[in-house]
Amino acid sequence: MYQVGNLVKELSARHGRDRASLMPILQGIVEKHNYLTDEAMVEVARELDISAAEVYGTASFYTFLDTVPRGKYVIRVCKTISCSMKGKGEIISTLENILKIRIGQTTSDKQFTLLETNCIGWCHKAPAILINDMPYTELTEEKVIEIIKSYMHK
Amino acid sequence: MKNVGLNKLDYIFEKINIREVLEKTYKLPNDKIIKEILDSGLKGRGGAGFPTGMKWKFTAEQKDPDKYIVCNADEGEPGTFKDRELLDRVPYKVYGGMVVAGKAIGAKNGIIYLRGEYRYMLPGLLKELDEFMKIIREIGYEFTIEFRMGSGAYICGEESALFESIEGKRGEPRNKPPYPTVSGVYGKPTSINNVETLVTAILVMRIGAAAYNQLGTKDSRGSKVFSISGDTPIPGIYELELGMTVQEFVNGFGDGDTKAVQVGGASGFCVPRKKFAETIIGFEGVPTGGSMKLFNSSRSMYNVLHNYLDFFVEESCGQCTPCRVGCQQLLKGVQKVKKGEAKSAYLNDLVKLADTMKVASKCGLGQSVGNAFRSIVENFREEIIY
Repeated sequence: MYQVGNLVKELSARHGRDRASLMPILQGIVEKHNYLTDEAMVEVARELDISAAEVYGTASFYTFLDTVPRGKYVIRVCKTISCSMKGKGEIISTLENILKIRIGQTTSDKQFTLLETNCIGWCHKAPAILINDMPYTELTEEKVIEIIKSYMHK
Repeated sequence: MKNVGLNKLDYIFEKINIREVLEKTYKLPNDKIIKEILDSGLKGRGGAGFPTGMKWKFTAEQKDPDKYIVCNADEGEPGTFKDRELLDRVPYKVYGGMVVAGKAIGAKNGIIYLRGEYRYMLPGLLKELDEFMKIIREIGYEFTIEFRMGSGAYICGEESALFESIEGKRGEPRNKPPYPTVSGVYGKPTSINNVETLVTAILVMRIGAAAYNQLGTKDSRGSKVFSISGDTPIPGIYELELGMTVQEFVNGFGDGDTKAVQVGGASGFCVPRKKFAETIIGFEGVPTGGSMKLFNSSRSMYNVLHNYLDFFVEESCGQCTPCRVGCQQLLKGVQKVKKGEAKSAYLNDLVKLADTMKVASKCGLGQSVGNAFRSIVENFREEIIY
């Protein structure tokens, strides 16, 4: 849980308060806090003068606008065909072992969430993952461990 | 018929002086620009292949003075990564294509809808955009370009779903008509073009329709950027002439053991080895937005089909029943056949269901699930059953 504070006000001052501003505002909150709380969505609804159901309805449509708690670093492993053919399974096992969580879970220190995702556009450099916005490609077990360790020390 | 063979080209990524092209088009009458694009025979590079010149012409004919150019950079088709590469290497051509299209149709505003998975590129693209805006202001163009981000929804690559998303709503496709050229984003006349289409428009304006026409075949003019992945020793981005056969393609990119090529991604067609020689890559054969995936004989086509169906089950927006329920039933159906819980003849019923989805689904997603389904089930039936 986090406090939205002035973030919704700041974002709506920047993007505007019409309906078309909804996505950039929700994206801005996720960028900062990694997921949307009920409080945050109600606050957005109030600011844009639309119903909270509209805000939730929109947010829940989009995979990257999470409405359940997520860690500071959201790892999305591409599971579509090329990555699946080129060792996605091993990448997931490696991540599960090092983070000691399963797909869909968040580490107890709230640092990492491990998810699968559909094609992220790196088929020629499979297997690939996203950590928040950053893509990592042509992964091997060693490379994955190195990358995760660098995030652990951030 | 002209046989183009496997010709590696370098028009699309070639470094050019964008100012020169834009200065030239600035002086041209709008109908001249549209005529040049019409004459070039350029068809949309996102996959659907609608003639770009027609799209511009229809939008230009609208009386509403408030029009939009939208660049569709919501590249989500499995196996496609060319738009990312284009935005990375020649963003000024994408911006330039929008400016030219804007002038041709009489639009002052452009929006680039970039998929959330490419969010990491945004700072660099904005920096590049600043430089670009200086150039067009000096020439005299009045045009704005803004970025809008997606948030992980394949369906938003469908034009009307993309408009809904820009408008801050769920990305659910609209009924058509009205088409975007009449009522697009914010209900205004809109020309929505794929990243590569806009880049190609710059190429046409630079070398002229006549020169562009020398490339490709009658039905598939020009060159095309291909995203090549799967079982190939040389995966990556290649610019090739349209009109080659799958056999020629496999000779150039296969690993010597290619048993199937999926042309056009999960929503495209699976071409088996026995049909390589007779199948042309282009609008007269199998069309593609550029996604080419090679599978060698170590791959189970059941796993490939299962992976695609999984994808569609998750990415169907759920708005219309044929697509929402159809995707789920196709997946359950092939699982049952594989486990022996249903007879192999059940596959025929599933193909009928896929055909029904083609006519009954509201948008291109549900309409094209049957492409991969039918072509994999028909050509690799024994792999699905046993």
